[in-house]
Amino acid sequence: MKTYNNKAWWLVLPVFVLVAFSAIIPMMTVVNYSVQDIFDPSTRYFVGTEWYREILADPRLHDSLVRQFIYSFCVLAIEVPLGIIVALSMPRRGLGVPFSLILLSLPLLVPWNVVGTIWQIIGREDIGLYGWTLNSLGLDYNYASNPRDAWITVLVMDVWHWTSLVALLCYSGLRSIPDVYYQAARIDRASHWAVFRFIQLPKLKNVLLIAVMLRFMDSFMIYTEPFVLTGGGPGTATTFLSQTLTQMALGQFDLGRAAAFSLIYFLIILLVTWVFYTAMTHNDDKG
Amino acid sequence: MRLRKSLVMLGYLLFVLVPIYWLVNMSFKSNREILGGLTLWPTAPTLDNYRVILTEPTWYMSYLNSLSYVSMNMLISLLVALPAAYAFSRYRFLGDKHMFFWLLTNRMAPPAVFLLPFFQLYSAVGLFDTPIAVALAHCLFNVPLAVWILEGFMSSVPKEIDETAYIDGYTFPKFFIRIFLPMIRPGIGVTAFFCFMFSWVELLLARTLTSVDAKPIVAQMTRTVSASGIDWGVLAAAGVVALLPGIAVIYFVRNHVAKGFALGRV
Repeated sequence: MKTYNNKAWWLVLPVFVLVAFSAIIPMMTVVNYSVQDIFDPSTRYFVGTEWYREILADPRLHDSLVRQFIYSFCVLAIEVPLGIIVALSMPRRGLGVPFSLILLSLPLLVPWNVVGTIWQIIGREDIGLYGWTLNSLGLDYNYASNPRDAWITVLVMDVWHWTSLVALLCYSGLRSIPDVYYQAARIDRASHWAVFRFIQLPKLKNVLLIAVMLRFMDSFMIYTEPFVLTGGGPGTATTFLSQTLTQMALGQFDLGRAAAFSLIYFLIILLVTWVFYTAMTHNDDKG
Repeated sequence: MRLRKSLVMLGYLLFVLVPIYWLVNMSFKSNREILGGLTLWPTAPTLDNYRVILTEPTWYMSYLNSLSYVSMNMLISLLVALPAAYAFSRYRFLGDKHMFFWLLTNRMAPPAVFLLPFFQLYSAVGLFDTPIAVALAHCLFNVPLAVWILEGFMSSVPKEIDETAYIDGYTFPKFFIRIFLPMIRPGIGVTAFFCFMFSWVELLLARTLTSVDAKPIVAQMTRTVSASGIDWGVLAAAGVVALLPGIAVIYFVRNHVAKGFALGRV
């Protein structure tokens, strides 16, 4: 049991001050923008909640929100199970360990705009390996003109980019399971499935919640990679929420409206993450 | 079972490596060859792309800029996150859970609109276009992550160790540095890697808070677009060189990761 001691605040204070410096002032500025109509820095009018009402009724927001939820759901549904499978298949000792750790972390280290560039080239049917292979197999694949292909390419790119994060987290979670658990399971002649279901999965639960939360937040705010790869097209097939927001903020320079939009955006992420977080701490109290 | 596992692993690694190979492949080609057709390896290998990066000051200086703010960020994040994570793992205090969640919420702000206030804030305090500005801004998402990971590692160290040390007459700072930190070295290594990774690849904040003197490599890469189109070869070479520091970091922390990313209550 943890002791109750308010002096612990002194240990947390540096973190609080540092994060608050970069968090609170910009956040308040955005709140300030969101209730004004801004023409230029000196000409601005207070408009109250008008932007919020307008945004909530904006069909563009609805479209990209639905697209965003489907996308994030697909990302989680593919990356989490795949990450677990990869983590379970990792070598446990020997030279293979550092080797596969380094190879796994490679996609994480590529700057995001380069990630987009790699897939932009590799997916082209004339000069890219994947695009060329798919087309010579008789599939009519073109991510630049076919919305379905563009969408799948963005998804595969995300799986390539981020599954390693889930796998690394799960792998280290697995490494913290003491060997005696496995020995006991062997004595009981437990099947592989039973070992996974009753030993590994429960031990992975907290790591998985962290992985799910991180992947949810980041996929919900994905911007650079699809922007470089498809520019949001064809049409609006891969225009996700943050790109709609950027178009509004920079393209039309509609700062007040964009600020209101980003606060609503923030609240949506906050709400979903809060549900995950509550589930996580709820289990803590019981355990 | 063993065979099937190895096959899954090999298959996945292949999936990971093909695009990376394509990047390396492109970096040794001339633009004409990249755009001319599909070649599985460079038919006329050239080092010109790397020569550009290693000889032009704007390129190699941008690497040094990135390295400087990333290492500053790593250092700051670890220094402030270590005591805070200790507090979260050992004590209950007023508002502890809310504080923890509030820290996490800082990863959730969509950047597009927040860029302008960031620019204004850092200009106002006179830090615009310095590496320290980017390092501080990146703390916004790295510090919460560092606290989160370290808290897990610290919770897996039994509390009796703290108590024994105090009975033996250790003061808190002495105990923390001499006894506690060595015990969670794996956690520190892993946290350092994650801080490095997220700070190294971040583009929007880094680009907004710098102009000339502190321009990071990720921003420099977006300048490969010129009147004659994108310089794919140089961009690919820059991407390959950008992988190297990260590989060095993961190589140093490899044993720590494998030892167990206990994440506490796991």
